[in-house]
Amino acid sequence: MRGQGPESDIVMSSRIRLARNLSDFPFIRKCTPKDRIAIATSVHHALDSLPLSSDAEYVDVAKLGDLDRQFLMERQLISHELSESQGARAVILDPNERFSIMVNEEDHLRLQVMQSGLDLESAWQRMDQLDNQLESKLIYSYNKRLGYLTACPTNVGTGLRVSVMLHLPALVATKQIDKVFRALNKINVAVRGLFGEGSQFMGDFYQISNQTTLGKNELALVAKVREVVPRLIDYERKAREFLVNESRQDLHDNVSRALGILCTAKKISSEETMHYLSKVRMGVNLGLIDDVKIPTVNKLFIHTQPAHLQKLCGHKLSVTDRNIERANYLQLHLTKRPESEIN
Amino acid sequence: MKCQHCEKPATFHITELTDPNGPSVLHLCEEHARTFLSNEGTATPASALSSMLAKQLKIEKAAEELATADKKTCPICGITFADFRKGGRLGCGYDYIAFEDDLEPLLVNIHGALQHMGKEPTNRSGSPERQHRLMQLKVEMKDAIGKEDYETASRLRDKITEVETGDESSWIEHEPEELDDDFQSETPIV
Repeated sequence: MRGQGPESDIVMSSRIRLARNLSDFPFIRKCTPKDRIAIATSVHHALDSLPLSSDAEYVDVAKLGDLDRQFLMERQLISHELSESQGARAVILDPNERFSIMVNEEDHLRLQVMQSGLDLESAWQRMDQLDNQLESKLIYSYNKRLGYLTACPTNVGTGLRVSVMLHLPALVATKQIDKVFRALNKINVAVRGLFGEGSQFMGDFYQISNQTTLGKNELALVAKVREVVPRLIDYERKAREFLVNESRQDLHDNVSRALGILCTAKKISSEETMHYLSKVRMGVNLGLIDDVKIPTVNKLFIHTQPAHLQKLCGHKLSVTDRNIERANYLQLHLTKRPESEIN
Repeated sequence: MKCQHCEKPATFHITELTDPNGPSVLHLCEEHARTFLSNEGTATPASALSSMLAKQLKIEKAAEELATADKKTCPICGITFADFRKGGRLGCGYDYIAFEDDLEPLLVNIHGALQHMGKEPTNRSGSPERQHRLMQLKVEMKDAIGKEDYETASRLRDKITEVETGDESSWIEHEPEELDDDFQSETPIV
């Protein structure tokens, strides 16, 4: 979410995920605690001897506290399942957050590669290399006919999930979003809200991804998701144009009020923050707000989430205290402060 | 507006797009919305799968057939097909072979295909058929030791080493089941 890369006013990030299992162990639901430890150990050993891991950090998730796990979840480096399950589990983190590898999630390995903006092809190339490196050290569960075998049959074959996260506030505002999603579902492209299905209160972020993993090769699956994106960008741009043409003044008023609330509120929930940040983000991209930069808005989406806020404060906070602290933080960073203050 | 599940105000208005009857709107308080959204991330694929399975099995199989399918047990991990139907997750790679007949319609339903077309690992020894072969040999060796037939046990031990260290050809020729043709086939089934 650095606000860089192609089409980054609408496309937040591109993400590729691979599901892999080690052939010498049962899938997670039948793993004993000993099996889980053995899987984590063999992955850890394999990584030690690979070039990819020179800077990567192996994090034992079972030893992390609630706040640290939530922090990693908010950064989309680990899943809810990895955070909340029991037993030995881990995540390997690239210091630049360009990839992460979850160990003992739904499958033994969940590799993910992230890229700012729309750049699925290079994300896939990096993923392919990462997978090849790991595969040179580990034996994957694989069958000639069904490909890479996974705990859930929805992932079997390539084990590949290609996804693009989009910011679609104008399609939400013009109430066209459901129509667009129904059309996507018909062509086997899945849509989810950033933090759940179709939630409109979470900043108007939507993730589109392939629904099938078997029967097409990886590049075909990448292309399938890739080819939908320009159309969505086009729809969103047209909806923005429509909002501007309908009443530029109303839209300007709407996004400016959103910024006003974020700059002046004394207590604000994370949901309300996302709602208004989304409007501000659209306002900046349409040139209606000029004293806030997109990277600042993108960072605020993440930094104002509960675990990030508590990490920034250095201690745990109650919900009320978080709402006060969030308001302070927003005010500090949205009232014409230099960019360098947000890291 | 009040939350659909309690008396608190509904601050989340969620449109559920995956409902088979078309989009439905949920009005929830923060707490219930969190529960709903966190379940979305984990429970939904499995429960969607269960309902897909239930629907499909209902259409295609009579109750008797379903009961027979449910009792099928994987010789490697020990889960039954009923266990899979309940949780939506398989117990090991061999389940794809043990439950092949029952999984195939499901895979066609999900993916519209039954033949992998993507990359292959360079080390192909991680097949579930090999795991199964190893397990069989280990059981046979244990039996032989139990009967004090050390000559057979020693032969089986060598065989196990061969399968463990060898390539595909060192075990697949001994595969006793009729899987070879299917699994060697390059022709897409769908």
